Amino acid sequence: MTTVYRKSAGLQDRELHYCPGCSHGIVHKLIAECMEELGLIDTAILVCPVGCSVFAGNYFACDCIEAIHGRAPAVATAVKRTHPDQLVVTYQGDGDLASIGTAEIVHAAMRGEKFTTVFINNAIYGMTGGQMAPTTLLGQRATTAPHGRMKEIHGSPIRMAELLSTMDGLAYAERVCVADIPHLNKAKKAIKKAFEVQLAGKGFSFVEVLSACPTNWGMTPLEANKWLLENMAAYYPLGVIKEVEEG
Amino acid sequence: MDTTVEKELWKGNEAVAEAAIRAGCKCFFGYPITPQNEIPEYMSAHLPEAGGVFIQSESELAAINMVYGAAASGVRAMTSSSSPGISLKQEGISAMCSGELPGVVVNMMRGGPGLGTIQPSQCDYFQATRGGGNGDYRTIVLAPCDIQEAVDMTQEAFDLADIYRMPVMILGDGMIGQMMEPIVWHDIPKRELPSKDWCASGRKGRDHSNFITSLRIDAPDSEEFNRHLEAKYKTIAEKETRWVEKDTDGCEIIIAAYGTPSRIALSAAEELEAKGIKVGLFRPQTVWPFPSERLAELAAQPSVKAILVVEMSLGQMVEDVQLAVKGAKPVRFYGRVGGMVPSVEEIAEEAEKILQEVR
Repeated sequence: MTTVYRKSAGLQDRELHYCPGCSHGIVHKLIAECMEELGLIDTAILVCPVGCSVFAGNYFACDCIEAIHGRAPAVATAVKRTHPDQLVVTYQGDGDLASIGTAEIVHAAMRGEKFTTVFINNAIYGMTGGQMAPTTLLGQRATTAPHGRMKEIHGSPIRMAELLSTMDGLAYAERVCVADIPHLNKAKKAIKKAFEVQLAGKGFSFVEVLSACPTNWGMTPLEANKWLLENMAAYYPLGVIKEVEEG
Repeated sequence: MDTTVEKELWKGNEAVAEAAIRAGCKCFFGYPITPQNEIPEYMSAHLPEAGGVFIQSESELAAINMVYGAAASGVRAMTSSSSPGISLKQEGISAMCSGELPGVVVNMMRGGPGLGTIQPSQCDYFQATRGGGNGDYRTIVLAPCDIQEAVDMTQEAFDLADIYRMPVMILGDGMIGQMMEPIVWHDIPKRELPSKDWCASGRKGRDHSNFITSLRIDAPDSEEFNRHLEAKYKTIAEKETRWVEKDTDGCEIIIAAYGTPSRIALSAAEELEAKGIKVGLFRPQTVWPFPSERLAELAAQPSVKAILVVEMSLGQMVEDVQLAVKGAKPVRFYGRVGGMVPSVEEIAEEAEKILQEVR
């Protein structure tokens, strides 16, 4: 029998707890595949967030550290500074990175810390049940914005890739999504590129993944991906946001 | 007397920083706050020279979480701050206790509450000895009374942290941080340290991955872990409780104090002795675990009429003294707060007053 597809060695052989249609599982797979293809599973250190992916350390095959809410960039800073030759990655959601942990991510980028952040932007708080995130779109409903996000009350959603790209220490930032196969393939390339930028010592690298949360959006997985491409990608432009050739 | 021993004059904060480097501290993360700024300043100059990492973090929250990261990946790390900054660090201290991560946290206490004052105080005793952040946890709390002891304790703190896999706090006060005193550098007793095979520093051939976490979402697992901490804390209380006593045998009054007030109490005791009053001094070196058993034994002596607790607070350690003595003898309190330091005369006068009342 010929093997045409197998689970990446970068993942443990465990059942994921994520909801149907959630992007986390796909992004886990892409990160794991990139680690495997670059031969980094044995040396990588992944720093996990608080949010739905709080259990990511149970799924990845590399060593993992679970950080307190928002603090993954501080944790990763210390890990990378003390293990400069190893791949260090933070995996963070929008509440974690763009709300409670804004100081940590901005200062890690400012210092040009040589680790990679994979930022899961699904425009909602997933684990706690659908509260408004700093990335929730205008008009989008959340359990703490029952009439939808309103600019005059809540302000406009934050574009983290653009904000962080103002920092000289950021060497590479790209926004991607995994809503269909062509986009998924681009997302994998971006993650691999970010790892390569890190290993080349060019600076901080950042991949923002527009992600679906069908459960808290109140949609089917297919509707969620369609909504993401039509609405999120319109506000959060896909593509390379910044790339510095020489670090 | 050995006259060959070299004494050096050191400022408390700088001495603590140098002691940490000598103890093999490889990372320091901190945020400026008075009266402990000489610690990060010294570290910024000397830790990189020693092959370590110094980062002035964006906040105390980031600093303690950097300590968490270094510790999780197997590296000796330290942070320091003063009272309001230590409040911010409690998030990370609680997480380190839950993730069972070693690290050293220095608190050069200043007056509170809120921004309070930059003058010395002992108003964080409750916070230091009861946990301070969320959850049922303790940290080992070493309370130096002078710079020599601050230096020795800082070096030992790293070993204690590694042995018990938990944060260890050096609880000083602004006076100890800012004062200069002669000290002697000497080797601290070597202790056997456990392997850090639990750490997340990359698998490097290990047949399984390590995952450091403070989350145990299933209640039975979480209870089991809390019971494990309980057992660990019991072991620490049995093995690591320390104190110093002076002239306690057959004394009439015990003065109990830690840190700076314990030294003032020493002078007060000399004044009282000159008047024929037998004073015993009891100084906890670990304020958690608190030396309750020994204090209870001393208080039970028929000669002891009362115990006077002196603190630079409104009365915090006095509660541990009351718990230890269990009403066997009167426990009285004298404290100065807000950055004020009790004087020798105040303590002596208070002791005499108490004795007149209880005799």
